[in-house]
Amino acid sequence: MSNFWSAWIIAGSLIVIFGCAYLLRMVIVDTMGEEGKEMSHKFDGIVEMNNPLPRWWTIMFVMSIIWGLGYFIVFGIGSFEGVIGWKSANKQVYSLADSKAQNARSRENNEIIQYLNELDTADAVYGKTYAKYAAMTPEQLMEDEQALKVGQRLFIQNCAQCHGSDARGQRGFPNLTDTDWLHGGSFAKIKETINKGRDSRTMVSWKAALGGDEGVKDVVTYVRSLSGRKVNAKDAAAGKLKFGICAGCHGIDGKGNQALGAPNLTDNIWLYGGSTAAITDSVANGRIGVMPAWEEILGEDKVHVISAYVYSLSNKK
Amino acid sequence: MFKKLNHERVEKNAGLLGIFTILAISFGTLVEITPNLFLEETNRPIDGMKPLTALQFEGRDIYIREGCVQCHSQMIRPFRHETERYGHYSLAGESVWNHPFLWGSKRTGPDLARVGGRYSDAWHEAHLIDPRAVVPESNMPGFPWLAENTLDGELTPKKLSIFKNTFDVPYTDADIAGATDAVKGKTELEALIAYLQSLGTNLK
Repeated sequence: MSNFWSAWIIAGSLIVIFGCAYLLRMVIVDTMGEEGKEMSHKFDGIVEMNNPLPRWWTIMFVMSIIWGLGYFIVFGIGSFEGVIGWKSANKQVYSLADSKAQNARSRENNEIIQYLNELDTADAVYGKTYAKYAAMTPEQLMEDEQALKVGQRLFIQNCAQCHGSDARGQRGFPNLTDTDWLHGGSFAKIKETINKGRDSRTMVSWKAALGGDEGVKDVVTYVRSLSGRKVNAKDAAAGKLKFGICAGCHGIDGKGNQALGAPNLTDNIWLYGGSTAAITDSVANGRIGVMPAWEEILGEDKVHVISAYVYSLSNKK
Repeated sequence: MFKKLNHERVEKNAGLLGIFTILAISFGTLVEITPNLFLEETNRPIDGMKPLTALQFEGRDIYIREGCVQCHSQMIRPFRHETERYGHYSLAGESVWNHPFLWGSKRTGPDLARVGGRYSDAWHEAHLIDPRAVVPESNMPGFPWLAENTLDGELTPKKLSIFKNTFDVPYTDADIAGATDAVKGKTELEALIAYLQSLGTNLK
């Protein structure tokens, strides 16, 4: 803050405070006569009486003025940072790197930054727990009821919006309690998915490549036959010939490919619905499945516990 | 000027009382607001800040039109219980191109200052059309008409140039020239989602 604005703020604040003091003095000095005196102002039979400031009110006013001045001395005003050096948070931050550097410097200098104090206090309480969990293997975490509860709580706060509070997912958002995984269901893979996110934009519209509506219909018929539905054999045979286009990701046998996030088409588990209409929509118009990356938002320790919780849903006996 | 400026005189003279009242009130503005119009911290954009694209800009106007700000704040305060949930506290430099600002003051719904990238586009689409389709306990109203209304982009270049000329937002001539094409035919839903996905993502 420049000296000019600092002076501006200090001058303005002091003018207001001393202005209030001047006003107060004015009404104390000039009480306009005795209390209860008629002020020769009548209207509709109502008389205005003189009403000087009550003493308790005057005392409160004086105390507020003293309090205000004391506040400036303790917490600062303008560029003056106050005798105790208290700040709510670091100012002059223009990037995350700035923020980190300033916080590190403030901690080193033992500055009183309310926000950092809150973080450090919380870290002293919860940090130990997270550090303990971070050192545990998924198998150990699965046996730890407390850890799973923490994981569940974090899941409900951050993941339930899409995957549901019971983690069973919904249309377009995978069920995490079964053993059908798009990108792999090992602990490491789950953790990778949460940390880095997933982006399956490769399922684009295949209508043109398949030769229009007829081709889509054939392929959809074949895909439905893969999970044991009764279908028109002729259409399915035609679809099988065109399925080569799909096989690049979903495999020749339609069992999918977790490295590409391509779903298994033979297990009768459908992310976007298994009806002819829903599959036709998927093939003709494509699907965009995006899982956001949580590494930056939640941090390594929390992701570890959430991963263990998600892993436990399909692996706990 | 005044022979005797005393209590009685101030209280019985409406003009004088008015002047003193205005003086008393304006000092609050002069001290608390005026310096912020000139200080570096409240005028310098954060590092690497990008202006909203034409589509995001139109989405912002829809955000305003639908009154999202009544229930959603865009202001993360520097408290741990807020930053735990929403991310780094909001910085003044993130709002310098925000006219009018949409900080809001009420959280019937969650803060959206850093909602960008937290959910997929598909989630936003389902959620804006019918919030209860994805969050059963939500009390947010649905906005199904957003998916039906398309933008013509007629006024988009004008809006961008106003922000460029009046508020010094660094739009290039190419941005303004291409603004109509960038939004034409897009649905309001797409624009709003583009805006939401941009929120808070400039801080790196």
